[in-house]
Amino acid sequence: MPETIAFLEPKPSVLARRRQIVEDLADILPAGCLISEKRGLVPFETDAFIAYRQVPLAVALPETTAQVAAVLKYCSRYGIPVVPRGAGTSLSGGAIPQSDAVVIGLSKMSRILDIDFANRSATVQAGVTNINISEAVSADGFFYAPDPSSQLACTIGGNIGMNSGGAHCLKYGVTTNNLLGVKMVLFDGTVIELGGKALDAQGYDLLGFVCGSEGQLGIVTEATVRLLAKPEGTRPVLFGFMSSEEAGSCVAEVIGSGIIPVAIEFMDKPAIGICEAFAQAGYPMDVEALLIVEVEGSEAEMEAMLASIIDIARRHGVATIRESQSATEAALIWKGRKSAFGATGRIADYICMDGTVPLSQLSYVLKKTAEIIDGYGLRVANVFHAGDGNMHPLILYNINDPEDAARAEAAGNDILRLCVDAGGCLTGEHGVGIEKRDLMLHQFTQMDLNQQMAARAAFDPQWIMNPSKVFPLEGRPVA
Amino acid sequence: MSMAFEPTSETEAADIIRQAAGAGMALAITGGGTRSGFGNRVRAEQVLSARKLSGIVSYNPAEMTMSAKAGTPMAEIEAALLGNRQMLAFEPMDHRGVMGTSGVPTIGGVFAANVSGPRRITAGAARDHLLGIRFVNGAGEAIKSGGRVMKNVTGLDLVKLLCGSHGTLGLLTEVTFKVLPLPPAAATIVAFGLDDAQAVAAMAHALSMPVEVSGAAHLTESVRYRFVGSSHPEGAATVLRLEGLPASVAVRAEKLKAAFAQVAPATVLDQEATEKLWRDIRDAKPYADGTQKPLWRVSVAPTAGHQLVAALRLQTGVDAFYDWQGGLVWLRMEADAEADMLRRFIKGIGGGHATLVRASDAVRAVIPAFEPEPAPVAALSARIKEKFDPMGIFNPGKMG
Repeated sequence: MPETIAFLEPKPSVLARRRQIVEDLADILPAGCLISEKRGLVPFETDAFIAYRQVPLAVALPETTAQVAAVLKYCSRYGIPVVPRGAGTSLSGGAIPQSDAVVIGLSKMSRILDIDFANRSATVQAGVTNINISEAVSADGFFYAPDPSSQLACTIGGNIGMNSGGAHCLKYGVTTNNLLGVKMVLFDGTVIELGGKALDAQGYDLLGFVCGSEGQLGIVTEATVRLLAKPEGTRPVLFGFMSSEEAGSCVAEVIGSGIIPVAIEFMDKPAIGICEAFAQAGYPMDVEALLIVEVEGSEAEMEAMLASIIDIARRHGVATIRESQSATEAALIWKGRKSAFGATGRIADYICMDGTVPLSQLSYVLKKTAEIIDGYGLRVANVFHAGDGNMHPLILYNINDPEDAARAEAAGNDILRLCVDAGGCLTGEHGVGIEKRDLMLHQFTQMDLNQQMAARAAFDPQWIMNPSKVFPLEGRPVA
Repeated sequence: MSMAFEPTSETEAADIIRQAAGAGMALAITGGGTRSGFGNRVRAEQVLSARKLSGIVSYNPAEMTMSAKAGTPMAEIEAALLGNRQMLAFEPMDHRGVMGTSGVPTIGGVFAANVSGPRRITAGAARDHLLGIRFVNGAGEAIKSGGRVMKNVTGLDLVKLLCGSHGTLGLLTEVTFKVLPLPPAAATIVAFGLDDAQAVAAMAHALSMPVEVSGAAHLTESVRYRFVGSSHPEGAATVLRLEGLPASVAVRAEKLKAAFAQVAPATVLDQEATEKLWRDIRDAKPYADGTQKPLWRVSVAPTAGHQLVAALRLQTGVDAFYDWQGGLVWLRMEADAEADMLRRFIKGIGGGHATLVRASDAVRAVIPAFEPEPAPVAALSARIKEKFDPMGIFNPGKMG
């Protein structure tokens, strides 16, 4: 396990009071809502960024907003760090605890509270999974748009924490664009509501500020999200290219031509092999790069859009075009893509990068990424949202080999610096977490970060909320 | 107030602000001044204008992003976009008509006031399209947040806080935003003679259909002739916009018209008529009336807007029409602003907010322009303000 990312030093005053804290939390919470035995705490020691682990002091699993508020009120009174957790699917370590922290898990708050088709909104508790929302409204012809690959497991609360995206946000936007309101608990137990069924809030856009704040501004317990009418039909089409450069320039021209498909996903040869072996989706195996382009609408609309896209693809030397002929085939195509991370996990350990670059830089960044990986003697599989420039190189390594792990981490950092230098950013949808925390000064000046930290302090003056994340440990305000 | 400060660079703006902060001198932050009617009266000693921070910095149509200095005139931006058949999808309204202002609207003003138009129901608000900003905070520090890529969750999203902060947190110096292709075709389906409740139900139905409605407004009988001529059937007009590829618009228009033919006489407006109609809806044309009659912009749940208007009509003289599927209500009061009654009724129908867009100076002096926030939220907002503008020199009083 690499040791290059540090956590905050645990507070001795908190560790020393461990027994008392557990007793007090047991008084605050109903039976069955507190975990304090070592054996029960271990499952909470990491998330999907498995290279780092910290066993927390205790895990609270409240059932109501009032219980979340009571726990936070208690923790803030004694300066106890708090780490919010949804399903623990963060790829950036956003939900990894620390030894002096109380984890507040929202898994017991998983009810859908209100579905309002006339106002096209749903109000749900934070522990509801992303897919649950779409499933609950699907029969009535609606869906919830953001669709992270982990949507079977990840919770809406976690999505709000990270401002999650997904394959289809090219057309429909990410979480912040589909979130109408939240109920949340501040560090001191104060419960507030932001937004609601009205489209625009006024005053400072606190809702927009909270979305993507990685659990540092409070804990969201309920969310009101926007529902959309399902399109008449959708059709993913596979385009195989003999080079990544051709695929990249095809993407840029499709977007530049004024056509916006619902999704444009990219896979390179290693990713195609991994996903095909897992899903048997019928991906062409003899190409260097694959695009999944999805269009939607009526039959005639899809035909018209596809005709234009196929024209463009031909100009960029497309080698294979395969249209899905049935709903089953379409589902398989997406199953392959969405299981990319899991399928990769079957053949090697990996870390998943998440930098975003301007579309014009896609080909250049892919080429440089390959050079960086070669330089470290590693392997990489690329699978990402090409339409919005959100790259996901999966760096393969062996977690049990400390040198290999250190090389993978170093290569990942080089790739993220490359993304920033190409005019992009460190993270498009996974969040900074601990993973990219120490790279923040590559993208921002200390003055930029100081302003963010000042705004953070307006919500959490004690810095107890998920405190090891996002901001480099050096340069923080002195308490 | 003497001459306005009109810096020509971010460095110069930062110097001015640093000196003002040192001297405790309050600054009224403006751009083109066409939206000066927003908010409460500002108590400032000097004007600081972003007007001369002007010009498009970069525009790459294939990446669908543009960066411009905050004082760039909207006309310049729209012309550049039109040249590449692109647009600002959130359709920002021009406030000069209803506010009775003149001058040149700027892109910084659009984002500082988070100004959106009819397409907001599907395309999102101004805040959803703002990707990155540069601004000078109240200590005179130049700060950047966000970037120029479509997806970016790196660090806390100060972009959202600045957008809609009406110049109270910082002076925007540069904005980077998303642009979208201009739809090659557009049409509007008009259903005549529906009352408010029927219209809201019809609009909700239209938005549940897979036809991608990009505008849904109900033009009540009193204003309808300002939008749709008398050659059509009489009564209120419920209008639904479709945009996209020509063949697709035609097919979807037929579907929608068929759905509406069952409840009301319906017709289809062509592209030219559609463009004019939605520009007029965007700018609340009937209330660009040269008067000082109190004008409210109310945002509530789409099905709640007409209930609010029905309740108000029993109590006072009011004229109204609806955008955003019924959730955006433009309300012109005949006499008093009736702020207390309006805000009490809004609470009664499930919440939302009312913004006083226009009124006489005497009315504006006593009525908070923005909906008062609940105490804990107001306290948070005050702490945010203090973190960006510790000396309280930016637009004092405007939002508080």
